[in-house]
Amino acid sequence: MTTLDSSKEIKKNDSEASEHHEDFRMFGLITFLIADGMTFAGFFAAYLTYKAVNPLPDGAIYELELPIPTLNTILLLVSSATFHKAGKALLKNKNSDTQKWLLVTALLGITFLICQLFEYFNLPFGLTDNLFASTFYALTGFHGLHVTLGTLMILIISWQTRPKEGRITNQNMFPLEAVELYWHFVDGIWVILFIILYLL
Amino acid sequence: MTISIDPQDSNTKSLQPKGWIRYFSFSLDHKVIGIQYLVCGFLFYLIGGTLASAIRIELASPMSDFMPRDVYNQVLTLHGTIMIFLWIVPVVNGAFGNYLIPFYVGARDMAFPRLNAVAFWLIPPSGLMLVASYFVEGAAQAGWTAYPPLSITTPQSGQIIWIMSVLLLGGSSIFGGINFIATIIKLRRPGLKLMQLPMYCWAMLGTSLLVVLSTPVLAGTLILLSFDIVAHTGFFNPVLGGNVVVYQHLFWFYSHPAVYIMVLPAFGLVSEILPVHSRKPLFGYTTMVFSIMGIVVLGLVVWAHHMFTSGTPPWMRLFFTIATAFIAVPTGIKFFNWVATLWGGKISINSAMLFSCGFIINFVFGGITGVALAQVPFDIHVHDTYFVVAHFHYIVYGGTVFIIFSSIYHWFPKVTGKLMSEKLGILHFAITFIGFNLCFAPQHWLGLNGMPRRVAEYDPQFQFVNQISSLGALLMAISTIPFLVNIFLSIKNGKDSGDNPWNALTPEWLTSSPPPVENWEGEAPLVEEPYGYGKPISQEN
Repeated sequence: MTTLDSSKEIKKNDSEASEHHEDFRMFGLITFLIADGMTFAGFFAAYLTYKAVNPLPDGAIYELELPIPTLNTILLLVSSATFHKAGKALLKNKNSDTQKWLLVTALLGITFLICQLFEYFNLPFGLTDNLFASTFYALTGFHGLHVTLGTLMILIISWQTRPKEGRITNQNMFPLEAVELYWHFVDGIWVILFIILYLL
Repeated sequence: MTISIDPQDSNTKSLQPKGWIRYFSFSLDHKVIGIQYLVCGFLFYLIGGTLASAIRIELASPMSDFMPRDVYNQVLTLHGTIMIFLWIVPVVNGAFGNYLIPFYVGARDMAFPRLNAVAFWLIPPSGLMLVASYFVEGAAQAGWTAYPPLSITTPQSGQIIWIMSVLLLGGSSIFGGINFIATIIKLRRPGLKLMQLPMYCWAMLGTSLLVVLSTPVLAGTLILLSFDIVAHTGFFNPVLGGNVVVYQHLFWFYSHPAVYIMVLPAFGLVSEILPVHSRKPLFGYTTMVFSIMGIVVLGLVVWAHHMFTSGTPPWMRLFFTIATAFIAVPTGIKFFNWVATLWGGKISINSAMLFSCGFIINFVFGGITGVALAQVPFDIHVHDTYFVVAHFHYIVYGGTVFIIFSSIYHWFPKVTGKLMSEKLGILHFAITFIGFNLCFAPQHWLGLNGMPRRVAEYDPQFQFVNQISSLGALLMAISTIPFLVNIFLSIKNGKDSGDNPWNALTPEWLTSSPPPVENWEGEAPLVEEPYGYGKPISQEN
């Protein structure tokens, strides 16, 4: 009987301990982001190969105007910093500050998307014009999809950090940290994309 | 209706349905999900097997008289896709992985139970969609590789459904992979070191790394391919200035590792089965671990050996030939280890053991033809012939499917608490082994003599050998009958197996059979030596 009792005891301890055991949700998210990054790696590899071996029809070149994408790079880099600020504010239990910084971040993301669309509408080529055009839209579009998703998630978590009723608090930071990591990832991918697609 | 679940209540699992209905529910229990994977996969195996029979009936005569040519193309495409994405990958990873890994790491469930259920429930709809595409406007016709420009020029609707379906299955695979990595790395029972894990954990860790690193590349590639089909972009369409070889590179960057995704778990499973039935410790544990990781690393850098006839430059041919030949080293180490495990052991000849030994024989043969295929001059001679078909089936059927059957015989008592009939099992093995070799061994000869694959018609001089091959396929089809009879009879009135009929030491046997919902009544046992056969058991109390 003693073994049975002790096993119950252990089970009880287990369920108590489960609140304190190492949180591996972040680990899972990192693994997922590695997978996501591999999708981009495949696209980049395809683009670089095309650029090296596939000549374009007359008049088309593998080059783009720089001002808008440079502005976009700055926007995203700043947004990473503002997101970081939001996390810092939450650590100090200042939920309303967190909300403000998150909204600023979301606004920067939306501005990025608007600039991107502005660039799309002012480009001299469309999706099916040539191989470079198709690759350009595929890469930036896939990245833009990530930014759109990220912005939506930021808006959701900023709602969830509202003081008092919000479920994201000093004690439960995971949703914020997860979206933050995702946002930095999307930001990092943009920097690589900017270098490969616009600068190289 | 509102359901309130107290997060403090450790018995939230009891809200899950009980009895047979739970196998049709969004259950979070890793054991239920494992069985869901297995049964779902087996149903698709029956569909894929029916398609294979149709192919062999067609090839029994040199003319395309059994079905029209375009139907033949659809049948071979569906056969390949179903067998790979809906039978082998889900079963050898999802089914056995979900059932066994939590036991092996001493956990009560996987790291992310909900993600686990999502991963499974992506499979039935995408599989049904794929099969249904045949009845709508014709399934995809471009083979399981979907090479452009073939996949761009054949009828669109089937190809698009094929892409959608493979994308969903890829997503399922990635979710599963993330879950396995997190479970093995993070959820181990305190005190359980990585180098004490049963070999299947290592195999699943390696496999999941490959899944996470390579499947997304396939997903991206298929998205680009669907743009080519729907929006008429020119990524892979030479007419529009695109590049078909880029598709092949990206496709094989996934699909070569996919072969390891299919065989590495089988390597792990056979490493669990052999020591139990020969009562000896697994020979060379450490070398096994390093071999698996070596195969993972090398497996990522050999993909272009599928493309020696695609105008690959000489340096690329040299690199990929050498890299491929190197894979034979870790694989060879594993085979010597298994043979050494059997050597001098107290071997019981039962169904599980017979299928495992069949695996060793078949896989060595498939491995040897694999090394031969990596040599450029030979590869150019037999490229796209039946030699490749024979090699591939020796790997995936003679290798992995044999291990799937072996594992079912080995773990059936664990899942049901009943023993399977050995007589029917040995009959199943005999028909499968003879049928398989009769079907695929002659195809090496066909390929060497130049019979192309994926074509419904062939030179009449090959008819006799093709008929032998079709006879073998008939035997393989028949072999499922004793297996299914055995399963149903054993579930209904099989002999009670007790908790541990094989006297195994791996953790899944150290609980009741079938196991309780949270795997152990008390604390999980700490198994320091999962292969401590033939010496005093240090854990014995």
